[in-house]
Amino acid sequence: MAGNGGEIQWCFSQVKGTIEEDITEADIISCVEFNNNGELLATGDKGGRVVIFQRDGKGNPQYSGARGEYNVYSTFQSHEPEFDYLKSLEIEEKINKIRWLKRSNPANFLLSTNDKTIKLWKVTERDKRPEGYNLKDDSGILRDPSSITTLRVPSFKPMELLIEASPRRIFANAHTYHINSISVNSDQETYLSADDLRINLWHLEVTNQSFNIVDIKPANMEELTEVITAAEFHPTECNLFVYSSSKGTIRLCDMREQALCDKHAKLFEEPEDPTNRSFFSEIISSISDVKFSHNGRYMVTRDYLSVKVWDLHMDSKPIETFQVHEFLRSKLCSLYENDCIFDKFECAWSGNDRHLMTGSYNNFFRMFDRDTKRDVTLEASRENTKPKTVLKPRKVCSGGKRKKEEISVDCLDFNRKILHSAWHPQENILAVAATNNLYLFSSKD
Amino acid sequence: MSEEEQFGSTKSENQENMDDENVPRETFKVPEPKNQVDIEREQEAKLKAKYGLKKPGGGSALLQKRLQKGAKYFDSGDYNMAKAKMNNPKHPLAPKEKLLLQESIGGAIPTPSEVEHMRRPSQIASKLVSEGEGALLQ
Repeated sequence: MAGNGGEIQWCFSQVKGTIEEDITEADIISCVEFNNNGELLATGDKGGRVVIFQRDGKGNPQYSGARGEYNVYSTFQSHEPEFDYLKSLEIEEKINKIRWLKRSNPANFLLSTNDKTIKLWKVTERDKRPEGYNLKDDSGILRDPSSITTLRVPSFKPMELLIEASPRRIFANAHTYHINSISVNSDQETYLSADDLRINLWHLEVTNQSFNIVDIKPANMEELTEVITAAEFHPTECNLFVYSSSKGTIRLCDMREQALCDKHAKLFEEPEDPTNRSFFSEIISSISDVKFSHNGRYMVTRDYLSVKVWDLHMDSKPIETFQVHEFLRSKLCSLYENDCIFDKFECAWSGNDRHLMTGSYNNFFRMFDRDTKRDVTLEASRENTKPKTVLKPRKVCSGGKRKKEEISVDCLDFNRKILHSAWHPQENILAVAATNNLYLFSSKD
Repeated sequence: MSEEEQFGSTKSENQENMDDENVPRETFKVPEPKNQVDIEREQEAKLKAKYGLKKPGGGSALLQKRLQKGAKYFDSGDYNMAKAKMNNPKHPLAPKEKLLLQESIGGAIPTPSEVEHMRRPSQIASKLVSEGEGALLQ
């Protein structure tokens, strides 16, 4: 279904979550991630819980839905709030990131992390149970030995599907600062975790050790000028990874070169005229997300006002730049006052690498077509939930005469922000987190 | 966004094209860097007018915030210095820094029972799980 010659017509598919006047903080969704074949969709929230949805109707000809819907598959409490007694600091249970491992056996594995601890969860299905034991009956009660006159062979009988999640590894105590990213290597054996100043490399089987591969902490903290904001492994080259910074740069590192990758192999930075700077320049250039394209030739970065596509072979400037919400430039003062200028938006590639999506305010999200150069603003709202109805494009008016149907910048709701979203790895299905609700959109055909 | 703010119509020279629906919008016309900076500087001036920033760099408050979610003090002297810094009328602090310090000083030494987050394991299921009004019935 991916890559139809024309534009994508997005339709509402599903919405999960409740409508509440006062949103419970724990319900705020903090990450969304499809697994490698898009069959499973995981969400993490501020309360440390993970909910996994599974696409139904796969290959089932009797399924009446237009295409598979996502329904709850499993849910579990991944992280609990903790208290660091030494520093008198609380450690939030909020799930910062979830990353799936590629499936190699009937079980599904995912990594989930909060600010300090990464956990490997195993999610298994059980649809059979052993019955016919000799020493106890089927409900587990011990049988009276004197009543046993014959032996029977226990056998497996079908039972109602039970999904179980268990923590298999806990990777703790390796980060002084808050973990912002985790990324599984293409070798499916190692993964990296990044905090503000350091990046560590782990082996999935080893929890008591991890290699530090990047350390940008200066000897004197007063000299600190930039922090790591995101990191990701290359999708196919197991030796390459990138990390972005608060100064708007991306560094590509090659682990073959040396053990400590402080020296980058490539530095991606858009040249800027030093006289063209303002107080806000650095803040809005901070990259909040970096993602490799599926084909591994490009990467996309998100800073406060734009989305940029970079060719890995060219570090001098991005090959494409898309404005997300340029009208906010004239509101930077108030966005700084209410802290919105520090919001960290994510971005996503379509399965065929042709489209990009990212979130904005007022529950708006932006879609960019790299080929036609067209873009559209859509809204995650419960207003139009009729199936198969194409979403109406939204428009923001930045000043001057406001046309009908347009919304003025001053009327945007800055509390309804779309920070986290995910695009199905192959099909045109979008999962968008709008505060405490999860929206699913799919293309019309 | 506070509603009291009066945003005068800022003459943004790089206003998005208000074209008709039929004309494909050229949104990839990246605005002239000069114009962008002008707008940013206008905003900077606004901020300065309100808070009188001394340092041009915006980085320090941001980095401090990220790295020190709650400061530690070496000893009571350190603590008192921070407190004094906060209350010094001669050198008023920017609101950001004030907030950071306030967070770290506090009124009392927190104990686990007082810290908001120390409720024990949340067995409350996520609301995404309940099918209620969420799911679309087809």
